[in-house]
Amino acid sequence: MIDKRKPTLKLENLCVQYSVKGEKRQILHGVNIEIAPGEAYGIVGESGCGKSTAAYAVLRYLPRNGSVNQGRILINGQDLLGLGKAQLRELRRTSVAMVYQDPGRALNPTIRVGLQIEEVFELARIPKSEWAHRTEEVLRRVRISDPQQVMERYPHQLSGGMQQRVAIAMALASMPTLLVLDEPTTGLDATVEADILDLILQLRRDSSTSILFISHNLAVIAKMCDRVGVLYAGRLVEEGRTGDVFNSPRHPYTVGLLRCLPQRGRSKNVAPLTTIPGVLPPAGAVIPGCVFSPRCAVADEICRTIEPDIADLGNRLCKCHYPERASIMAVVEPLPPIQYRSSYDPDPALEIRHLNMTYGAETIKFKALHDVSLTLGRGETLGLVGESGSGKTTLARNILGIVKPDAGSSIRLDGKQAAAELAGRTREQVKALQIVFQNPDSALNRSHTVRHMINRTIAKLTNISKRDRERRVHELTRAVKLSERYLDARPSQLSGGLKQRVAIARAFSGDPRIVVCDEPTSALDVSVQAAILNLLVELQNSKQVSFIFISHDLGVVRYLSDRIAVLYLGRVMEIGPAEDVFSGPHHPYTEALLSSVPSIDGKHPERVKLDGEVPSALKPPSGCVFHTRCSRKLGSICENTAPDLVALGNLHAIRCHIPAEQLPRSRGPG
Amino acid sequence: MMTDDNVRAETIRNKKERRNLYRIIGSYTFCIGAAIVLFWVLCAIFGRMLVPFDPFADDMLNSLSPPSTEHWFGTDQLGRDVFSRVIAGARDILTIAPLATLISAVVGTALGLVMGYSGGVVDEVTSRIVDAVLALPTVIVALLALTALGTSIVAVLFVIGFTFAPIIARTVRASVLTERGLDYVSAAKLRRESSLYIMFFEILPNIIPPIVVETTVRLGYAIFTVATLSFIGFGIQPPSPDWGLSISTNYGLIGGGYWWTVVFDSLAIASLVIGVNLMADGIQSVLND
Repeated sequence: MIDKRKPTLKLENLCVQYSVKGEKRQILHGVNIEIAPGEAYGIVGESGCGKSTAAYAVLRYLPRNGSVNQGRILINGQDLLGLGKAQLRELRRTSVAMVYQDPGRALNPTIRVGLQIEEVFELARIPKSEWAHRTEEVLRRVRISDPQQVMERYPHQLSGGMQQRVAIAMALASMPTLLVLDEPTTGLDATVEADILDLILQLRRDSSTSILFISHNLAVIAKMCDRVGVLYAGRLVEEGRTGDVFNSPRHPYTVGLLRCLPQRGRSKNVAPLTTIPGVLPPAGAVIPGCVFSPRCAVADEICRTIEPDIADLGNRLCKCHYPERASIMAVVEPLPPIQYRSSYDPDPALEIRHLNMTYGAETIKFKALHDVSLTLGRGETLGLVGESGSGKTTLARNILGIVKPDAGSSIRLDGKQAAAELAGRTREQVKALQIVFQNPDSALNRSHTVRHMINRTIAKLTNISKRDRERRVHELTRAVKLSERYLDARPSQLSGGLKQRVAIARAFSGDPRIVVCDEPTSALDVSVQAAILNLLVELQNSKQVSFIFISHDLGVVRYLSDRIAVLYLGRVMEIGPAEDVFSGPHHPYTEALLSSVPSIDGKHPERVKLDGEVPSALKPPSGCVFHTRCSRKLGSICENTAPDLVALGNLHAIRCHIPAEQLPRSRGPG
Repeated sequence: MMTDDNVRAETIRNKKERRNLYRIIGSYTFCIGAAIVLFWVLCAIFGRMLVPFDPFADDMLNSLSPPSTEHWFGTDQLGRDVFSRVIAGARDILTIAPLATLISAVVGTALGLVMGYSGGVVDEVTSRIVDAVLALPTVIVALLALTALGTSIVAVLFVIGFTFAPIIARTVRASVLTERGLDYVSAAKLRRESSLYIMFFEILPNIIPPIVVETTVRLGYAIFTVATLSFIGFGIQPPSPDWGLSISTNYGLIGGGYWWTVVFDSLAIASLVIGVNLMADGIQSVLND
């Protein structure tokens, strides 16, 4: 039996270092964590703060150049560092399990799912006759409805959500006392993420497994964990019950993290996002005093010279000299009444009519976009949301002319027809439409310097003389708040946020009219995200540029967008002012999307679940394409007749058979 | 202030390339290979000035004498000093093989870029042609071509250059396919860059590492092919002290116990090929991670 008094996991003054080219870099500095049996403990922090290192240390599975140089790791009272190879294997086999961020890479692509799970039972020395039966059972536990069929498949034949279920099933198969989850939902759609999180919550209720949950997403931690530890530069800076920490943070870093998030119901028209100035110190850097002091708003001379101890404040631990000062920094500034201000000119900069896009040959047709019509005003931001596979990126690429839509599609730019393909467009049209890609590593050529990338774009898109180009390069780098000393750097020498600034500078080189932002902040940390979003808003205000903003993060879309279009299987299901789309009446799909977003305040309205997965666009369902997953399906009309986009007034339109007055509305504040 | 920044940026810029260079130079594999190759390169350039005997001078009275303090590697049928001939023999092979490899690298890279970047029919057709060429043994192709063109150094250069090009083209094509899918290519199209610019100025700099590795590996094969062609009489012509040629002239004598006329030339070929391959391994292990 599990001893209730003994913690499942105890990290005592854990210090981990990596040696890089003979140089020792301290990653974790004396971390103390205790997880009780059955408890879920979350670790949050920005990338590079040591979250994953902590997770791997718990399994004693550090990379070859990493080592624990001080402290103890106790699992069920057993010191992990004193174990020999065989004992360590035994422990990993029976007591701890891990679920990784990318299930596609955690599962072996050449082994059928069933056999992979059976390996766990083989290791547990369970008689062979029981393997198949137990595998089926464990798959049922992760709510896979037809385990027999899933067992026969290879991992690549399953969706991301299903793969993660299988990975969780494998972790659970050995009935561990400690389950380590390293960003288990980061690569998944919001709806799938919500499913997986619900599943983990359910499993927690059924078993006494303790959980160490690593995430950069504060809202996910708020939903999942009893207690949370905030990690900064390898030090635990605040720890306490999740509700306490997130509702009344005491460490300035926690306050900073919380303030970076777009607040519910606020938009770019109200106030810019708060950012944390400065950057995370590089691993191994020696900082006198409090490690957060260079970025802290309330730090003084004492903070810069003396390192604070982690102090017990009653309901939490906090590593700060002035925990009372943090509470003055309000997390949510009092909201002025929301005044929806439409600052854009509705005269369309871009008009899309009946855009269709089919991939593939005659035999296999894959319709990525189905009769999409949209307009975009001058200076307007149109948010595009939808699960992966809904056609968001295809639409963006069609608009840009990188991918050619089907014949009959019409794209009009400033009232003039634009050719479907880039080659056929005039220089003015090419110049007018630019993009900020999702992944700056892929978007910036790694062998070119920042100066060359921007300079070349100016040269190709404008008539600016060679002499004036250099001046323009400097103007642009200033506009994106990029220090000029990076002009001769190459992408590999820049951080993610800096790279994205370069990409934005490049997109603005030719004074574009419309910039497509394809998930520009999804690869970035929250504090960097806030800075980039502020930059985009600033550029929009000063240059009257229109944005098409694609994102899976509804909070971000809400903050930035004037209007929002919801896409499902290549069709616009709902379109309207951001305000109305969020407050309702909603399309049932929008309702499900909105309810799947975890919120930081811990108030989680009943989630509207979507049944099953997004159907294949190869064989879209008849009638309303959403009817297979709709929770409000009326009946045969939904299966047989495709609904029209019905205008509800105020530019709000919904593609649904349900009359507007019966459509769901948001219960919480918009 | 401005100059400081420039200097700083300049330093940052070269850091990565320099780091790779240091790492290559720092690897034992590469160093040993480079030392062997360097030795033969020095022999090729200065060998004829330094050798104790004239590699072309007959000395019929001393023919086929075994290794001794006077003739370290012995003498051949015509009484020529084998040691001097082995040292001097590096020149022709070390001129032809690298030049032929260079031709194949240039042609192969250009071909691979076009294949990978164009895709579609162009890629399909050229890929099949490349496959067909690759299916034929290099020496057979070379023999046919040399029979048709007549034996000359230039012909050998181009025959090896063009038979090796498809192999490099395939490596380049594979790298281009990965690069083509990256967003910086779309970004270049969105500023109306021409296809040629995208291929040679956007993509090419990023695929230099695999090209360097493949070219070095090909150099090893080229040395071997040149030696083979010389051996069968289609490569370097007498009276050159070339290794392959010497082996071909003398291998009949092994039966008579005159091993020294063949063994040292063979060792020379082997050591040069091994040296080049060690260099290739060293470069590859650094550039691959």
